[in-house]
Amino acid sequence: MQTLKIVVTGPFSSGKTEFIQSISEIDVVSTERKISRSAERIKSATTVAMDFGRITIDEDLILYLFGTPGQRRFDFMWEILSEGMLGFIVLVDSTRPETFREARRILDTFRSYSPVPYIVAANKQDMEDAWPAEDLKIVLQVEEGVKVVPCVAVKKDSVKQVLLELLYSILELMDEEE
Amino acid sequence: MALKGRLQDFGITQLLNLINLARKTGTLYVEGQKGEAQLCFREGKLIYAFMDGVEDSLPLLLQRAGKLTSEQAQTIMAHVRGKSDRDVALMLIQAKHIQQQDVSDSVRQHMLNLVYRVFGWNEGSFHFEPSELPVQGKLTTPVALENVIMEGSRRLKEWERLQDELPDLDIALKFADRPTTPLRDINLSVEEWRVISFINPSNTIRQVAQYNNMTEFQIRKIVYSLLQAGLVQIVRPPRPAATPPGSAGEKGQAAQADASAVRRPAVKRSLVHKLIDRIREL
Ligand SMILES: Nc1nc2c(ncn2[C@@H]2O[C@H](COP(=O)(O)OP(=O)(O)O)[C@@H](O)[C@H]2O)c(=O)[nH]1
Ligand SMILES: [Mg+2]
Repeated sequence: MQTLKIVVTGPFSSGKTEFIQSISEIDVVSTERKISRSAERIKSATTVAMDFGRITIDEDLILYLFGTPGQRRFDFMWEILSEGMLGFIVLVDSTRPETFREARRILDTFRSYSPVPYIVAANKQDMEDAWPAEDLKIVLQVEEGVKVVPCVAVKKDSVKQVLLELLYSILELMDEEE
Repeated sequence: MALKGRLQDFGITQLLNLINLARKTGTLYVEGQKGEAQLCFREGKLIYAFMDGVEDSLPLLLQRAGKLTSEQAQTIMAHVRGKSDRDVALMLIQAKHIQQQDVSDSVRQHMLNLVYRVFGWNEGSFHFEPSELPVQGKLTTPVALENVIMEGSRRLKEWERLQDELPDLDIALKFADRPTTPLRDINLSVEEWRVISFINPSNTIRQVAQYNNMTEFQIRKIVYSLLQAGLVQIVRPPRPAATPPGSAGEKGQAAQADASAVRRPAVKRSLVHKLIDRIREL
């Protein structure tokens, strides 16, 4: 049995949980949701919000999607999470320009961990005030050759497309290296 | 007459009780099957401890406690070579890298974890050297022994149970095929989360523990709770050659050079095609 891992990152509320939920075959384990018993409702200082989902490829192969923890104070765990990843996706809430700088910072951080392919998903394109993907590419100063694709994380087909685009980028990189 | 004897005859709990009641000052040397511990006391309070002659430096403790990244810890260690932990702590606090509370919490936690390990030793020898306190320049933090004894005994019981439930650490874990329903309501601690991110059929539990710098007790406890929650399942046995990414020499700097090679999985083109085909048909 082999497992592969793709990391889904991006600023708070960019749609990571939604993205993973849309495509995962298991209920996304989202640690942001709280235990309902009142005594446990108080989130302990060390609780981390992260998600993971799963896609079974065949009997020997499973793809895991890991969402990065939401809270800033858990940044140190990004590096742990990036170990062995196949590639990563940076989700951006295209309707909230105030988060673009943060998205760029996250992108840089992940790039520094690992030389794997990545793409940027301009999320929430179903909303009226979403900035177009092409504009985000410029604003975020995304490097040449890295795709910025439109995305609606609540729609499975759109999430599929984003994942496929990342996989195509991975193939392209393999071609280049040969 | 020096305090001297065998753990079989006079156990750790009894020893600590004595030190507490007699408000002793000095160092207790314990030699068990699994190592050698030195526990230092001042007026009946535990103030410092180390194991097998290894005194982990402050940056390392802070890293383990999640207060510094491994990169930060490495940089700091390179900078402060030769300085005492106390000086390093002062420096870090003054530079506002960390807070005093973080330092004392990390030091205390490290000390307690070590002492709780000693609680599990029931064979070996000990001797107590009064007024010997090798703690100059060290960060000491006094902890009342009553609490240590209570918590230690509690853990001992728990440890025995965990040992029963999860005897073998050389097995691997995978995510549950069919997780039990209320999964989405689970809150994970930082430690659990660290373990989660290494769950893979080719990593044994022991390797995951080593990679995360966790003790057997810590990893058993976490794995047990993940198993209980139905989040993970046991797979056995993993391929013998498998190691978690970067585990080989992660602590040394030598490993840094090829870190990127380690981090980037060697994946065949055919595998990527498989992923593409499968996702297309979802
Ligand atoms: N309209 C719309 N809402 C979205 C989309 N993706 C996420 N959201 C909403 O944005 C909010 C934040 O999403 P979430 O997945 O929790 O963000 P996270 O913090 O990155 O995990 C939620 O209310 C989602 O339902 C999208 O593509 N379109
Ligand atoms: Mg989320």
